[in-house]
Amino acid sequence: MKMKKEFRNTIILLACGVILFFILTFLMDTEILNRYYSRILVLICINVILAVSLNLIIGVTGQLTLGHAGFMSIGAYAAAMATMQLNMPFALALLFGGIAAGVIGLLIGLPTLSLKGDYLAITTLGFGEIIRVVITNVDQLGGGRGLSGIPPKTNFTWVFFIMVLTILIIYNIARSSQGRAMMSVREDEVAAEAMGINTTKYKIMAFVIGSFFAGIAGGLFSHYLMYIKPEQFGFLKSVDLVTYVVMGGMGSLTGSILSTVILTILPEFLRFMNDYRMIIYPLALIIIMRFRPQGLMGTKELSMKVFDKFSKGSEK
Amino acid sequence: MMSLLKVNDLTIKFGGLTAVSDFSLNLSQNDLVGLIGPNGAGKTTIFNMLTGVYSPTSGTIEFNGEFIQGIKPYEITKKRIARTFQNIRLFKDLTVLDNVKISFNYNVKYNLFHSILRLPKFNREEAEIERKALEILKVFKLDGKRNELACNLPYGEQRRLEIARALAAEPKLLLLDEPAAGMNPQETHELMGLINWVRDEFKIAILLIEHDMKLVMGVCERIIVVDYGKVIAEGTPDEIKKNPKVIEAYLGEEVADA
Repeated sequence: MKMKKEFRNTIILLACGVILFFILTFLMDTEILNRYYSRILVLICINVILAVSLNLIIGVTGQLTLGHAGFMSIGAYAAAMATMQLNMPFALALLFGGIAAGVIGLLIGLPTLSLKGDYLAITTLGFGEIIRVVITNVDQLGGGRGLSGIPPKTNFTWVFFIMVLTILIIYNIARSSQGRAMMSVREDEVAAEAMGINTTKYKIMAFVIGSFFAGIAGGLFSHYLMYIKPEQFGFLKSVDLVTYVVMGGMGSLTGSILSTVILTILPEFLRFMNDYRMIIYPLALIIIMRFRPQGLMGTKELSMKVFDKFSKGSEK
Repeated sequence: MMSLLKVNDLTIKFGGLTAVSDFSLNLSQNDLVGLIGPNGAGKTTIFNMLTGVYSPTSGTIEFNGEFIQGIKPYEITKKRIARTFQNIRLFKDLTVLDNVKISFNYNVKYNLFHSILRLPKFNREEAEIERKALEILKVFKLDGKRNELACNLPYGEQRRLEIARALAAEPKLLLLDEPAAGMNPQETHELMGLINWVRDEFKIAILLIEHDMKLVMGVCERIIVVDYGKVIAEGTPDEIKKNPKVIEAYLGEEVADA
């Protein structure tokens, strides 16, 4: 019964997603939403992929990492090289970027994930910077000048459906035995170990999966902008991503989505205020954190339960 | 009866300090044994060695015919030893049901791909886990609170949930670290009944650390007394009460009262 309900809800959500997709494409095709807006929409979708995958590491598993943009850059460059040098089909290039980021994630995760809290944050910050500096110094990747001439393969359809797929996959992981194990690591590592959870294994699992999707997002990003440079993936980008997750609520995927949409639109929306927007944006963050420290959604998900209540009400 | 746990000359040194020396213990399948001693005697250290948190400097731990000293805590659970903690360590922000479900993790047969694709195997196993978890919660009268967060339970129920969570890992040996700490006399009395009942119902061995003499004397068949990391006495509650070494080291007049 419960399983059927979950299945039904997934179908309904997917249907909503498809409808939303057609509405948005229609609006873009008819130029009601101009190129400027469609650009924001694409960036929102990419940011959602990044935020949701980062939430698996920070929110669900409780490991504060500050190097997510680094993994995004690995995916961005790897996928770009794959299409430019190897003439790979786009889908395969994206996968290649994701796997490259995942493998580096594994290599970095193995030594660092035995660290906790602040120490992990600082080491991942360091690794993020190393990745950036390495790319800056490799001439084949364009070095500090950046890499240009990347074919424009990314469009709204790609980002939207990969975003939906990412959300679905991360959600299914979080709501499984593996997801519960990750949450137990967040809650209490000693107790988790005592209950038979191999905490290192689950930390690495979350880290690699998160890095993989960051890599995919990077590939989408580079094939949208057609030009990438190392500074785009610096420390500040990682902090932005952490902000999305914290603002949305640790462990709440719908929260991450909501806050990413708001925080990606907000700076654009505030453009009419010119330089003042650089004050308003952080001010908004401070106010939200002051009055809702658990984030917009806390650990809760915006779910079909709300609709269930309505339907029960109408049955009576 | 077959020996379940055989500890031989277990010793651990932290730098120059010998926290536990030459600790030996024999437990049979359905034993209920108490481990007592003054503060700092090394009781919890012994627990931590039995559960893999610390690796002993020397000595052996044989459980169910296998040597398990020095292996990781999560591997110990797979060998069927489960524990509770002195200061309750629940997964506070998870529901009561999820707390128990986590104990089934090491036994889960589906993998990440089953989860992502929600394959039939996933659904089957999840339904089974849910059924088993609810069964255990029912036994501990917590099934009505399955969807509450663990941190919102009253103290006594948190203790009960911790025992329920440990039992969900299907242990053959249950280690209870001060289960009555912070409980009032009424709750302690109920706990005594619960411990006895758990032992008989689940047919497991229980080793418990406790300061509450009434509980230890009332529930344990055998008591081991440690002081300064050494066993100073072992025997039935009545023998322990009369043992002059024990009285001198730790119990004082309290024994006569209990």
